[in-house]
Amino acid sequence: MTATPTAPLRLEQVSIALVGRELLAVDATIAPGEVLTVMGPSGSGKSTLLAYIAGFLDREFTASGGVWLGERDLLNRPAEARGIGLLFQDPLLFPHLSVAGNLRFGLPRQSKHKHQQVTQALEQIGLAGFEERDPATLSGGQKARVALMRLLLSKPQAVLLDEPFSKLDTALRKEMRSLVFSQLRDAGLPALLVTHDHADADAAGGPVIALG
Amino acid sequence: MLRLAPAFIIALLVLPVGAGLLMVLLPAFGYLPALGGHSISLAPWHMLLIQPGLGRSVAVSFASGLVSTAMALIIVVLFLAASQGTWLDRAIRRLVSPLLAIPHAAVAFGLAFLIAPSGLLARLFSPALTGWERPPDVLIINDPWGLSLMAGLVLKEVPFLLLMSLAALPQLAPEKRLMLARSLGYAPTIAWLKTVLPSLYPLIRLPVYAVIAYATSVVDMAMILGPTLPPTLSVSILSWFNDPDINHRFMASAAAVLQLGVTLAALLCWWLLEQLTSNLMANWLTNGHRHQGDAFLRTVGHWALLVSTGTALAALVGLGLFSVAGFWRFPDLLPQMFTLDHWQRSGAMLITPLVNTALIGLVATSLATALVLATLENEHRQHLKPKRALWLLYLPLLVPQIAFLFGLVVAAESLNIRPQLALVIAGHLLFVLPYIYLSLSEAYRRLDPRWLQVARSLGVSRSAAFWRVRLPLLLAPVLTAFAVGLAISIGQYLPTQLLGAGRVTTVTTEAVALASGSNRRLIGVWALVQAGLPLIGFMLALTLPRFLGVGRRELST
Repeated sequence: MTATPTAPLRLEQVSIALVGRELLAVDATIAPGEVLTVMGPSGSGKSTLLAYIAGFLDREFTASGGVWLGERDLLNRPAEARGIGLLFQDPLLFPHLSVAGNLRFGLPRQSKHKHQQVTQALEQIGLAGFEERDPATLSGGQKARVALMRLLLSKPQAVLLDEPFSKLDTALRKEMRSLVFSQLRDAGLPALLVTHDHADADAAGGPVIALG
Repeated sequence: MLRLAPAFIIALLVLPVGAGLLMVLLPAFGYLPALGGHSISLAPWHMLLIQPGLGRSVAVSFASGLVSTAMALIIVVLFLAASQGTWLDRAIRRLVSPLLAIPHAAVAFGLAFLIAPSGLLARLFSPALTGWERPPDVLIINDPWGLSLMAGLVLKEVPFLLLMSLAALPQLAPEKRLMLARSLGYAPTIAWLKTVLPSLYPLIRLPVYAVIAYATSVVDMAMILGPTLPPTLSVSILSWFNDPDINHRFMASAAAVLQLGVTLAALLCWWLLEQLTSNLMANWLTNGHRHQGDAFLRTVGHWALLVSTGTALAALVGLGLFSVAGFWRFPDLLPQMFTLDHWQRSGAMLITPLVNTALIGLVATSLATALVLATLENEHRQHLKPKRALWLLYLPLLVPQIAFLFGLVVAAESLNIRPQLALVIAGHLLFVLPYIYLSLSEAYRRLDPRWLQVARSLGVSRSAAFWRVRLPLLLAPVLTAFAVGLAISIGQYLPTQLLGAGRVTTVTTEAVALASGSNRRLIGVWALVQAGLPLIGFMLALTLPRFLGVGRRELST
């Protein structure tokens, strides 16, 4: 029943309104490995679009249109069954779990060699041996990388990025951009990035939609 | 299931209060078939009105409620205004929740030991300053004006109002307001009073009303510190209800209705004072005075809270001293010898009340915590804004206990439920639940929703996210709320006494029962045990997270 990771994410005539006033309308298809960037000033409803796709839309909003992953209709599924991964501007590592605990939280229950997968993931981001560390003791860049690996270990079929680089300093921002986008490309995931930073859109390299 | 939680919680709190009030109202007008009252009459009221000293009882109840609340509020407000974040301020703030946890009865006993003619204060100044070689023959405790009762109430109300204010303050961003006002040339204390207080008061209004309702009708503290001839209205009601003469039961019901009226009148009077104050303040807020009174208010603000906190602590020390005192001649500040006799003799008698106290407290608090969590989780899942109906949660705190608990016993008996342990637990639930809700709801709503979104986008279901993410993140506030609930349960006197028909003994009922006797050493032992139990709860709440191995740095404790 799981879609292959190569399915495109399709937004079909999506329109979101707040008390009758239309905030945004999007119609797009994101191919696997492609990053669609949605740009707009704050208040233009960028994050609302992500909430709608991921299944967290506040009831104040009314929305219409279809969200499809390949042939799967996502809208009639609960948030946890949509296979949509989220990356926020804060890494949001669970403070009650260790670094490894956070990564294991992302792993699907039935996956094999969990311990090995966690070790490999940490090696991949240059944090080998960090398993038992308290996330609070990591630097900002380290936290962001762990959050990315937690997302990838959960084997999502599409990824939504909500200004994921806006809280990093300039040098780190460049590094994280190339890490995130190369990982998403390698995994062949369709991704939707909302941002107000043109450099993000340039680094993503995909099509751009401007709102507002 | 979860969707029913809010309705269930409201029903759980409103129905008993409603049924209790009804079963007090009916006998107040002579109707209670179970006791042979079949017709409506005003006889109970006629009987009540000719009771000697009734006017005085009413006046003391009314005045002690209003005066003590006003004093406590002024102390808290001035402290917050004067507070500059010095180490002393921080130390006092940290002392607040333990002080809040100490039951009313224990504070009352401690204060009595402090200010009695042969108490610690008199000993401290005798004979050097006073010339007293023996305890003076003056009525300090149980004074006819209810002054010592008011003092006792203030000691307990200050920590409560301070904690409520400290919980409400962060959402007002007081630092920014202060910074702005000070940059406009206002002295710190005046700046706080003019820019923070007007927004703070509406947030603590409900707790203030609860304090007034409690103080006008308190029983245990009034039995220990209040006047005796006549006692406060609430204490009179209790003795009339326990009178074997049936006619007294009807009269007591009428008096309970009168108590409800007294409390309502006090609340109304307070509300009028609020209007008056806000009218007077309106001009003062914008009249441009930037310094007038700053130094004076700051001094009062520091000292008033220091004195009230110090008195509460000294009261505890007094309890401890009396509980281990051997022979103790009058003006000596310390006993000639110390002994553990009183503790050893009380040991065996303590066991049953201790077991009962723990059982009632743990069961009532666990039930209440589960119900509150279910309500909050439902609110979150349905994306509900906190409902207006939720103020009904505070109903058991706003209606005087003495006015509906007797009716509740009658109502339960008419359903063939006899007073027993289970009924006591249900009764405690009424008073524990609002406080747990009060102390948990803010932390619950403040938790960043993205935590749950991340968890679910990682493939975790709603209920799993609740258990695996929300509860661990809220462990510290949940444990604190649990400790608050335990403290409230441990301190309950009237519900335990009435719903258990005097047969369910707890450390609180036993300690209060000693009030009529004069064995201070025994009282010291029991009151200290009563005061210590809730503290154990708070200590566990603080240390448990560390033992559970989740003491990570960014997990707030």
